[in-house]
Amino acid sequence: MPLAPVTQVSGRAVYIPGADIDTDRIIPARFMKCITFDGLGEFAFYDVRFDEHGQKTGHPLNDPRFAGASILLAGLNFGCGSSREHAPQSLRKYGFNGVIAESFAEIFFGNSTTLAMPCVIASAGDLAALRKEVDNDPATVVTIDVVARRARSAGGLDFPVTLPESAREALVSGRWDPIQELLDNVAAIDAKAVELHYV
Amino acid sequence: MGKSLFQKVWDNHRVGTLADGRTQLFIGTHLIHEVTSPQAFGMLRDLGLKVKFPQRTFATVDHIVPTVNQDAPQDPLAAAMMTALRDNADEFGVTYFDLSSGKQGIVHVVGPEQGITQPGTTIACGDSHTATHGAFGAIAFGIGTTQVRDVLATQTLALEALKVRRIEVNGQLPPGVYAKDVILHIIRLLGARGGIGYAYEYAGDVFARMSMEERMTVCNMSIEGGARCGYVNPDAKTVAYLRGRPYVDMTDFEATAAGWLAFASDADAHYDDIVRIDAAAIEPTVTWGISPDQGIAISEMIPDPAAAATQGERDSIVEALAYMKIPAGAPIKGVGIDVAFIGSCTNGRLSDFREVAKYLRGHKVAPGVTALAVPGSQIVAVQCEQEGLPQIFRDAGFEWRDAGCSMCLAMNPDKLVGDQLCASSSNRNFKGRQGSSTGRTVLMSPLMVAAAAVRGSIADAREVFALEPDASIV
Ligand code: SF4
Repeated sequence: MPLAPVTQVSGRAVYIPGADIDTDRIIPARFMKCITFDGLGEFAFYDVRFDEHGQKTGHPLNDPRFAGASILLAGLNFGCGSSREHAPQSLRKYGFNGVIAESFAEIFFGNSTTLAMPCVIASAGDLAALRKEVDNDPATVVTIDVVARRARSAGGLDFPVTLPESAREALVSGRWDPIQELLDNVAAIDAKAVELHYV
Repeated sequence: MGKSLFQKVWDNHRVGTLADGRTQLFIGTHLIHEVTSPQAFGMLRDLGLKVKFPQRTFATVDHIVPTVNQDAPQDPLAAAMMTALRDNADEFGVTYFDLSSGKQGIVHVVGPEQGITQPGTTIACGDSHTATHGAFGAIAFGIGTTQVRDVLATQTLALEALKVRRIEVNGQLPPGVYAKDVILHIIRLLGARGGIGYAYEYAGDVFARMSMEERMTVCNMSIEGGARCGYVNPDAKTVAYLRGRPYVDMTDFEATAAGWLAFASDADAHYDDIVRIDAAAIEPTVTWGISPDQGIAISEMIPDPAAAATQGERDSIVEALAYMKIPAGAPIKGVGIDVAFIGSCTNGRLSDFREVAKYLRGHKVAPGVTALAVPGSQIVAVQCEQEGLPQIFRDAGFEWRDAGCSMCLAMNPDKLVGDQLCASSSNRNFKGRQGSSTGRTVLMSPLMVAAAAVRGSIADAREVFALEPDASIV
């Protein structure tokens, strides 16, 4: 199962304000009544994109200037709360390819990496500068360079971002989905199961 | 230097090191439910894989089950999810505690109840509150659906080791202060992001005195503090709780128990961080905002953005208060409620209902308040029946329901309507969490929920129920 290496992702960006954006916010629980992940894209951020009457709110994802954005910019602890993979799945299906935030919740981070969606951390200052540029020119192209651990913008910003080495390695070597490697170690798995009396 | 329980269990379960540097960790027990498993079984089928050790996987249905007329025809999507779980369990040979088993319930209630949750083991479940099982000295991870697939197919996960923070709470908890208050207090102090990268070890005499059910309440909310797992070291109480449970091998129980206890952290274990908290300083605690770390003691005022130290803090207070529609600087006590909910994997066990029933007799739910009591499992429901608890709740004006997650996340018909405010014993006060995009949640202990139900507003249970100084359960 050779997977495509994820060395960099690029696209227009949109900023979703606020700290501690939880996965209930990203995909409200009622949209998890499903047995496949198909179709989750249209419900991403649903309850903040639409009001009680189904009317569009002033949420950035409703702003035509940011239509088609594929890089999400966020604040601290993005993706906290529920472990639901429905959250990164809905972002992927909505069209996002990468996230730059001040920090991430762990389960969300892991889920996203396994979906080949790099999540990188930038300083508050660098993110603020990037947001400013995106706000002034929503068409500006933002690139997350996973190999070099940098983010760049068409407007000339170029700053360091971080992600754990294991995630970087998994993305750039095309091993972001670990299933084959896990399966390959079947002998060691069987030995461990016996050693620990699980079977 | 000795090892912490986390390190012992981790080292024990390490299968190898992966090319990206992560550990391949053996998962002793896999718990699954209807929301996060169907896609994983789908992936398994696509890859032509089987479940590696079907006897190590246990399924139940909890999130979407209705809590009245559970067997009656229901919403077609929910029915499809239940059918999918049934079919997957049958096809792959997985044990399924279904609605007719008498053992169905919230996955984090069922595991311990059945004795599936054991010290020194690793547990994974596609649910972030899997840390609940850490109450038994297990290392229990909440995982995503692709990882559910990984565990199904290989009984292992690719994981990065965690640091360990020991949180010591010593001293005497005041009357009316419960396990829920302790964990809300810890999360308030350390923040919703404070635990990122850590496993939390809860230690000190407060946790030593707690019952297993109280320890579960604490470990349950580790993720609300950002910690992926949390645990209490196993002791005599752990052993006593597990003795004779269905999935505990009783052939040489003393040896088994000795093995469990050996997993407890060594006295000279290494910790990456240690936090000490004075139990006497903890009050009944409630949340006021939209993140579980936005908590205050019942006697305190709702925060004022004007007093915030940083712009970021100011912004989050403003956002939370706008959503909660409560005034800055005013007492939290007295804020009107519409709904009261006692249940969930945090506080839906026998001791929770018992403790509330002790005080609820003779009181009535305030007019206009809808009050729900939802046992965490069918077994909890039976235990409550045996003690006559449902009648006490009904007499007071509570609706006594069947087992499930219910209004904790409202994937079943139990939902808030509009901007109703719910006093809730669950674990999350996120925007929209209880089924209405404008619904409001205030987290608190079960007895505080009962007090709010009786007053019709957020209240101090110690006043409402005239708690005696010896009434504390810890
Ligand atoms: S009770 Fe709530 S938190 Fe617990 S498993 Fe169910 S939905 Fe999740």
